[in-house]
Amino acid sequence: MSSLAAFAADLMTGKIKVIDLTQTLSPEFPTIALPPVFGQCAPFRMEEISRYDDRGPAWYWNNFSCGEHTGTHFDAPIHWVSGKDLPNNTTDTIDAQNFIAPACVIDCSVQSAANPDFILTVDVIKAWEAENGRIPAGNWVFLRTDWSKRSGADYANVKEDGAHTPGPDPEAVQFLVEQRDVIGFGVETIGTDAGQAHAFTPPYPAHFFMHGKGRFGLQCMTNLDRLPPKGALIVSAPLKIQGGSGSPLRVLALVG
Amino acid sequence: MSGTLPPRKPSDPLAVPAAPLAPPAGRSRAALGLAAAAARGRFALQCCGGCGAAQYPPRDLCHRCLGPDLVWRDVANGGTVLAMTTTRISADPYFRQHTPWRSGLVQLDCGPSAVAHLHRDVAGGERVRMRLHLDKSGQGVMLALPAVDTPDMDADPMLRQMTCDPRGRRVLVTDGRTAFGRAMAQTMLDAGAAQVFCGIADAWKPGPTPPGEAVDLDLTDTASVRRLAAEFGGRIDIVIDTALHIRPGGLLERGDIVRAREEMELAFFGPLRLAQALGPVLRGRAGDGTHAACAWVNILSIAALAPMPGYTTNAAAQAAALSLSTGLRAELRPLKVVTALVGPLDDAWHQAVPPPKVAPAQLAAAVLRALKGGREEIVVGDIAQDVMNRWIDNPATLARDLASG
Amino acid sequence: MSRRASYQGVVAVAPVTIPYERYSIRSAHWWIGSAIRELARTAGIGPRDIDGLCVSSFTLGPDTAVGLTQHLGLSPRWLDHIPMGGATGVVALRRAARAVQAGDAEIVACVAGDTNNPDSFRRMVAGFSRFAADATYPYGAAGPNGSFALLTDAYMRAYGATREDFGRICIAQRANALSNPHALMKRPLTMADYLAARMISDPVALFDCVMPCAGADAYLVMREETARAMSLPAVTIQGTIERHNAFPEDPIQLRGGWALDRDDLYAMAGTTPDRIDVVETYDDYPVIVMMQFEDLGFCAKGEGPDFVRAHDLTIAGDFPHNTSGGQLSVGQAGAAGGYLGLVEAIRQLTGAAGGTQVANARTALVAGFGMINYDRGLCSAAAILGAA
Repeated sequence: MSSLAAFAADLMTGKIKVIDLTQTLSPEFPTIALPPVFGQCAPFRMEEISRYDDRGPAWYWNNFSCGEHTGTHFDAPIHWVSGKDLPNNTTDTIDAQNFIAPACVIDCSVQSAANPDFILTVDVIKAWEAENGRIPAGNWVFLRTDWSKRSGADYANVKEDGAHTPGPDPEAVQFLVEQRDVIGFGVETIGTDAGQAHAFTPPYPAHFFMHGKGRFGLQCMTNLDRLPPKGALIVSAPLKIQGGSGSPLRVLALVG
Repeated sequence: MSGTLPPRKPSDPLAVPAAPLAPPAGRSRAALGLAAAAARGRFALQCCGGCGAAQYPPRDLCHRCLGPDLVWRDVANGGTVLAMTTTRISADPYFRQHTPWRSGLVQLDCGPSAVAHLHRDVAGGERVRMRLHLDKSGQGVMLALPAVDTPDMDADPMLRQMTCDPRGRRVLVTDGRTAFGRAMAQTMLDAGAAQVFCGIADAWKPGPTPPGEAVDLDLTDTASVRRLAAEFGGRIDIVIDTALHIRPGGLLERGDIVRAREEMELAFFGPLRLAQALGPVLRGRAGDGTHAACAWVNILSIAALAPMPGYTTNAAAQAAALSLSTGLRAELRPLKVVTALVGPLDDAWHQAVPPPKVAPAQLAAAVLRALKGGREEIVVGDIAQDVMNRWIDNPATLARDLASG
Repeated sequence: MSRRASYQGVVAVAPVTIPYERYSIRSAHWWIGSAIRELARTAGIGPRDIDGLCVSSFTLGPDTAVGLTQHLGLSPRWLDHIPMGGATGVVALRRAARAVQAGDAEIVACVAGDTNNPDSFRRMVAGFSRFAADATYPYGAAGPNGSFALLTDAYMRAYGATREDFGRICIAQRANALSNPHALMKRPLTMADYLAARMISDPVALFDCVMPCAGADAYLVMREETARAMSLPAVTIQGTIERHNAFPEDPIQLRGGWALDRDDLYAMAGTTPDRIDVVETYDDYPVIVMMQFEDLGFCAKGEGPDFVRAHDLTIAGDFPHNTSGGQLSVGQAGAAGGYLGLVEAIRQLTGAAGGTQVANARTALVAGFGMINYDRGLCSAAAILGAA
């Protein structure tokens, strides 16, 4: 039996489980709130076309609209100015081989519960490696904060001085890209960067360094608490939007 | 004869509700001038440009000199009651709901005699103050009020049919987040509103707590609007859409339609969603006694008449909203649809605009006056009034006038 | 004013009534056509012998007298359609008499008829006139009840009339109606009944209001010798008047156009009010009856209340008035209400009034009043008729 056939068999028997890491796309789900002078990402909206009625007697369907970065979504390298000139940097040109990759999950849920401005540092990553081994090249690194267990205002956690949510500092991102060659960085919060990352140098380092090196981002994920620290296989294929900077998507984790 | 406003009674769940009827609406084209005057709170009659005679009922030529030059002019609003009656048997279903109904013949100080609805405190044979009001059909009608104010005169059931006093009624203010929405809510509470609901969009964003009761409402989200209608539709008598979204930006300089689309979402699609979700419910409750659902207020920019420099796409959205508001008026009868055209707001988006600008309390007070006066068209602020005056003077030159600064 | 030509040689004959019904499923065409058939039968002629036709109706729409000619198979060489409500009976007489006099027609049928179904009166009132739609109907939709309530209220304030005064008119007419088999009201009316009736539009109460119904009335106008040749009892036309929109400056109507023209009326007839034997006024509401007594010279302005207190208005009384019972007790068959007094006067002067006959009636005055266009009735008319 080929390894793929064995994999399929394990899926059928439930030896391999599929865990959904996706938040439900709904109008109320918070989107990133930029200062009002900037353009804004559209929230998810849905308009009914017909529902077994005079507009369509036997069928129900909707039109929906949203931004590329609404809900659980994928960030392509072109999203950030640092990645704008890279080859194959859009949702339609990224090699599909990238859409399935293993993940390492760094659990910072305890620290994040205590401090919404928790910062992922190189030290925290190294401490995780001391316990779980070195992060293999080509893996996703997911920052588990249990932020997805929050909702509404608690989830966005916007104060007068902006959002307060966990994220990495510039050094940690550079470490992951350059020292560990990760495929991307994934989080439960609205952005891969910390809520206060506008004050970092450079601002928004997860976006700046990841996309500057052609790596990806996954945001607004859930169920990271159901993943092992290592070894989960992530399926995360964005919509094939021409020239797209990202897209809402269904993120699945295969756990053996 | 005065009495206070009866308290709102809990509705009998088994009783068939009073149907939302309206009085006879058919009018000649000339008589529509009465509605136009009433909508603006004016007491105007047709006057002959040739001989100066005021005439009533409206005609197509001067009854004195057959001159064709008839203009609607404000006239003295005094009068004397010559005769009065109390109708107890009416042929019309609306009036059957409201009998006994008092009317009289009034000798107007400006000349003609007019049949008028009589306020309950008008006893007969005396001096009265005349007003033109919009009735539940949206037609302009004559009202005779006591020459001097009487105690609690606003509680007259006839007057309550002609006005939209928030007193005792339940009000929805669509945007409780802005200073304008909060001032509106507070003004309605101060005016005796039984309850004020304040819509909050994106409750996950921090913001000030509005007066009254905060409710989730995002006009850009159909599902949110429908949820609000389902939960509160039966408890809203007056809707005030304060979600005025004005952002500067010319048509060419923006280079995209994202912000223009946002403007259309809030100015046009938002009210459209709200009207589709709430309109039928409110209209169904428009016959519901002295506390019936009665008014729908749209706050729009005066730029709806013509674009102001630097706010081009916004003006286009406001023009669409004005057209929607006018269309809604016809479909929502017997409710009144009040269109408030406002000048530049005193908010963060008009920092570069020189004064005078409209303050939150000023707008709220103007809307309250319109509701209590039963008016359907108001203009708020000196700038808006200036633009309106130019528009009345010559609609064809207004846009060029404004474009040249 | 130039001297008016007399109506000498012209007569009115053949008073016809198609018995009134409260509600009818028939059309106005049916009622008017039936009246014409009855006219022909009474005169002993065929319908096509009628070469002049004058029609009044509120419910004939969309047809007019024109469509009616084809509907009824008539080919008149003279045709008129008079939309004057309560003034139509007298005005039709004026028009027809002049046509006959001039030779434009030999035999003119004057007909008024209307149908009535449970909603036709409301629809008629709602669309009665442009001013009514613009400026009275939206103020309570009380129709003529409301308009006459205002006129009654103003009259009571001005001249001190009481409800009893109006009641005297209504009660006397009811007494008369009991002798008229065609009257729809068949029960006696007492003052107590009158005063206890429910208010409709204060101060107008139930018995102050006419009851709309279906019906038709008609008569023929022809030369005197024609009538004699046909052996038709005839009445002469001694004088007539009409006036429209009289006294437009009066802020409220306390007088009608009769006050402007009554001297002309009596001068033309060569008579005076005290020499009139029978008076048939237009009576959709008693206040307008009282105004007619004053404006036609039976008493001075403001003395109407005293007049009705001082006189017996019944058939056998000293002032026989609305001897058929009038519209208040017979019913108001639309435009035929403007004919009721006229056909009754012809009957009285030809001795054909049956139970309502006034002894020795030689001269009758018939008055008409019509069309509350806005706040007042615009059309007034009167005729003095004589026994041949």
